[in-house]
Amino acid sequence: MEEGKVYSQSVAESAAAYAIIKEKFGDAISAFDANETMPFFEVLDVARWQEIALFLRDNGKLKFNYMACLSGVDYPAEEKLGIVCNLESLGELGHRLAVKLKCARNGGSIPTVSCVWHTANWHEREAYDMFGMLFTGHPDMRRILCPEDWEGFPLRKDYKVQETYHGIKVPY
Amino acid sequence: MQELDTAGLGSVRVTRKSDNVVVLEKDLATEQMVLAMGPQHPSTHGVLKLECLTDGEVVTEAVPYLGYLHRCFEKYCENVDYPAIVPYTDRMDYLSGMNSEMAFSVAVEKLLDIEIPRRVEFIRVIVAELNRIASHLVAIGTYGIDLGAFTPFLFCFRDREHILSLLEWASGARMLYNYIWIGGLANDVPADFNKRVREFVAYFRPQAKELYRLLTENEIFVKRTKGIGIMPADVAINYGWSGPMLRGSGVKWDLRRNDPYSVYPELEFNVAVPDGKFSDIGDCLSRHIVRALEIDESLKIIEQCIDKMPGAEGFDPKSAIPKRIRPKEGEVYGRAENPRGELGFYIQSDGKSTKPLRCKARSSCFVNLSAMKDLSKGQLIPDLVAIIGSIDIVLGEVDR
Amino acid sequence: MPFLMGNTLNVWSQAIASFQPMGLPLGLVILAAIPLVFIALYSLTYGVYGERKISAFMQDRLGPMEVGKWGILQTLADILKLIQKEDIVPTNADKFLFVIGPGVLFVGSFLAYAVLPFSPAFIGANLNVGLFYAIGIVALEVVGILAAGWGSNNKWSLYGAVRSVAQIVSYEIPAAIALLCGAMMAGTLDMQKITMLQSGSLGFAHFYLFQSPIAWLPFLIYFIASLAEVNRAPFDIPEAESELVAGYFTEYSGMKFAVIFLAEYGSMFMVSAIISIVFLGGWNSPLPNIGSFALNDLTSGPAWGAFWLIMKGFFFIFVQMWLRWTLPRLRVDQLMYLCWKVLTPFAFVSFVLTAIWEIYVP
Repeated sequence: MEEGKVYSQSVAESAAAYAIIKEKFGDAISAFDANETMPFFEVLDVARWQEIALFLRDNGKLKFNYMACLSGVDYPAEEKLGIVCNLESLGELGHRLAVKLKCARNGGSIPTVSCVWHTANWHEREAYDMFGMLFTGHPDMRRILCPEDWEGFPLRKDYKVQETYHGIKVPY
Repeated sequence: MQELDTAGLGSVRVTRKSDNVVVLEKDLATEQMVLAMGPQHPSTHGVLKLECLTDGEVVTEAVPYLGYLHRCFEKYCENVDYPAIVPYTDRMDYLSGMNSEMAFSVAVEKLLDIEIPRRVEFIRVIVAELNRIASHLVAIGTYGIDLGAFTPFLFCFRDREHILSLLEWASGARMLYNYIWIGGLANDVPADFNKRVREFVAYFRPQAKELYRLLTENEIFVKRTKGIGIMPADVAINYGWSGPMLRGSGVKWDLRRNDPYSVYPELEFNVAVPDGKFSDIGDCLSRHIVRALEIDESLKIIEQCIDKMPGAEGFDPKSAIPKRIRPKEGEVYGRAENPRGELGFYIQSDGKSTKPLRCKARSSCFVNLSAMKDLSKGQLIPDLVAIIGSIDIVLGEVDR
Repeated sequence: MPFLMGNTLNVWSQAIASFQPMGLPLGLVILAAIPLVFIALYSLTYGVYGERKISAFMQDRLGPMEVGKWGILQTLADILKLIQKEDIVPTNADKFLFVIGPGVLFVGSFLAYAVLPFSPAFIGANLNVGLFYAIGIVALEVVGILAAGWGSNNKWSLYGAVRSVAQIVSYEIPAAIALLCGAMMAGTLDMQKITMLQSGSLGFAHFYLFQSPIAWLPFLIYFIASLAEVNRAPFDIPEAESELVAGYFTEYSGMKFAVIFLAEYGSMFMVSAIISIVFLGGWNSPLPNIGSFALNDLTSGPAWGAFWLIMKGFFFIFVQMWLRWTLPRLRVDQLMYLCWKVLTPFAFVSFVLTAIWEIYVP
């Protein structure tokens, strides 16, 4: 956060929440990106993600009990895949914060948080379905929207659709 | 004493009464049956498949399978300009197209950081609330059908027809409107629109009461839904439930109030939650009651909007629309209260292109449905139908 | 000519029955064909068309309007369609059971028509245990439903069949006890005699329903139980279209489907006729003689008798339709609860009360 700049109330709240997390996890998380539209920080030490998630949910001053959204993202320039989680303390403290995680593009994996927020269960399956990163420890890591035997991960930027699927011509 | 050879008899209980009397008891062979409910089944509300493991009438486990209506919404978004995404949002939740358009416009406008004319905002709220009523009417009507009451369904559709005519008059389409544009509207409402909406509100109030008496207060209906599929508030939040589903669990949470957008802060309405007198908090009946109450609240909002709306003099619905919609680099998570819950759009823009880099739709039904596995454990088949109906899924939005 | 002998009891039917040209029992066949024609005509006109129009009226719509004036010919068009349809037997179905299912179902509902006194002069078979026969023969439908459901080799059909059997067998108990109350008031099981005992110049005042206040209880119990016996809403659990697709007839199409439908409408009229005979005077005119206005005498006779019985039956069918288009469906366990813990005890209570009433009240 830049000194002296005036932020809206919601960003200030997010920054306050971030300060608590930073204090606890230090270098495992990146600096805070205090933009107006979606303030976020990135988890650098992906292996500690579950621990951080539990802290986010259970800490008395954070109480991020609600995961609004979990989106998979492709970063072809960095050769990475990632997820963006929009968290919110619903009904308790009212603040919002986004968390980003990145993993390697080929064979990368991220620890699951479906045990922390049930919402993540299907969203992680969807992210896997569309991008192909694995979520370690996920109870049911299968494709969700595409058929089980679909080839490739459709939302990757370099995705080429398969020619035929069970004898049916795919691109038309 | 001679041992009996029971190897070939299956599971047999042997009780020896005396030396000469031996009682053999053979259990009835019961096994669990896999029952594929859907994708073509009248009460899965579209092409949802539930693979149920049943023990007689009891469902021990129901696993949902999705994707039959997957239309690659997110892939499309990455390949078309921002304004061209709006018609696709209609097709996600085809029962409440206006609300989906509004959610998407709100998200992009947040990223664009533009000021919207007040009249546009009021018109948006009117059409969105009309659409919310229409959507809730379908939800209530089809819920009646799920429980075997056919007549309320047609009453609902009769009244929904009036709403669709109004929306058709405004936008030219009955379901897939493309009316709310990013930064404005496709066109202003017709001259007498407000008068006709007012007439509709006056007409609809008694009809809604009749519907309430016919269905919600029906003894059999209450028997079928009360205490079925109970979801405690904290579990509901953890599952990410939103909208009437979350409010049915007693959480007073409405994005129109708690994360206000458009002109909702200026309007007076209650966030409907069940009072627990009539239903058990968190059961199917509560969710149904929330929808019924929300219809009344939407009517209130519409009336206020008509009163507060600025006149049409010198009004250009497209005045705030940028010449070229190219948001600055950044991300946004914009959301709005859909009839089924929180519809959110995570949009990533690189600042150079007129197409989003990534556009993820957080669909309310998708999240609400994910609790199905837990909700369905140990329920009877008729209760399973009641639970699916109370979740009020639109498969177009689940699969996108 | 016995044909023209007027309203002496059973003359017409006995005359037809004794019609044996060249020693062949042709008369009996004609006798059996009369109710068959009646079922077909009634389910065509009142059953299907009436149900559609009544439901349309309740639901604020028009119903069939295209075929003929006000859509009168709609059912004929439907029948033409059903006849032309391919008769599909699923490959994995038990073909024998699948084929005989609808037949047994229809025969079960049709056999009871033999003992229904349609008018003072017409009854198929004047059994002295007519009521008992009518109650018993309905159970044959269960066999048909189970055959259809099991033979279809479809899980939904199986569920429907199992539910249906449990339901019909259970509901026969309160239904039978309730009818027994009526039989007790009459002192006979002969349906023609039960009807005759309710005739008199005061019209409806002679009906058992108005003879004793206790009769209302078995009347209501039988009406509710009869809804369950013919699988009508709110007890349409065996077909429950939103739960079990179409229940035991999920796999049926074409004429087999039509026969199942015919059986349903047949048994609807049957239970309505039974309830009218036992509690509402059957073919007796409900109009009383008022002074010199001999309304009751005017509206009695063989033709009038048939008219009154059919009208009373239609009234109850109308109530059945009314309920169907108003009420949601009960759950299986709630249905059984209603039968065993509500209707059966009350049926016993009404049984005892009727007995007391018959002994102590003149």
